[in-house]
Amino acid sequence: MEKRMMTNRLFDIAFDSTQNTMTVRRTFDADRQLVWDCHTKSSLLDQWFSPKPLTTNTKYMDFRAGGHWHYAMIMPDGQRFWGRMDYQTISPIDGYTLLDGFCDDTGALNPELPQASWDVGFKDASGRTLVETVVACRSKQDLEKVIAMGMKEGMTSTLERLDELLLTLVT
Amino acid sequence: MDKYLHVSFNALGDPTRFAVVERLLQGPASVSELAEPHNMALPAFTKHLGILERAGLIRTEKHGRVRTCFIYTPAIEAIDNWLSESRAIWCSRYDTLDSLISKLNGEKNDDEQAL
Repeated sequence: MEKRMMTNRLFDIAFDSTQNTMTVRRTFDADRQLVWDCHTKSSLLDQWFSPKPLTTNTKYMDFRAGGHWHYAMIMPDGQRFWGRMDYQTISPIDGYTLLDGFCDDTGALNPELPQASWDVGFKDASGRTLVETVVACRSKQDLEKVIAMGMKEGMTSTLERLDELLLTLVT
Repeated sequence: MDKYLHVSFNALGDPTRFAVVERLLQGPASVSELAEPHNMALPAFTKHLGILERAGLIRTEKHGRVRTCFIYTPAIEAIDNWLSESRAIWCSRYDTLDSLISKLNGEKNDDEQAL
């Protein structure tokens, strides 16, 4: 049963190096209102937003244009990565745009790390809901920083892999 | 590292070159194999390969009359690694969202799913 559901479900990620964008598309077995709520209510976001084994904890949420979501992704050892989504435009239940950035526990943005803009759209798709997220970096330099940072954080990769890579970069 | 990435991104900002790199991530290939899907004169195509090679993204070796191309640089590993990580992150978060959604949908969907 589970397998049949999985194979029917759309999930794709496309990277466009000329536009500095990554587009994530995925369908969900629920109506648009429910999927929208899951994306926009902090009590629900807290239950799914972080990849395993991390968990999410909201410190502050104001889902309005000009408002923001301040949250922590928490490692099993308790280490926290703070993030902040600044909402720019909202049109329920079709979509919203935001700036995704890194911050500290007070919500102050880290000026050294680039913010990416997200354009999140919700569409009916024959009884399901299609969510399309376009993550855009402002420049190639920003994208390079994101890539370099992802490697340093190594949130899901093993440290060994990172060490090997750093060795090859030094030489 | 930033230097590597900078070079690689400039070289990747072209659909033909990006396609070549994507293809080479699957494994080495000869120049003619690489050129085949692109509707382009060989000299023009070879120029693209030259840009990728000078950017340090690919390496070529000649065996007899066949020139074979390989992915070379750590920058490609970095990009590839970042894309797999991104994929893993979105995959994991959405799987969790699926569970949350079926919990929220409650019994409503049980009949359909039992099939």
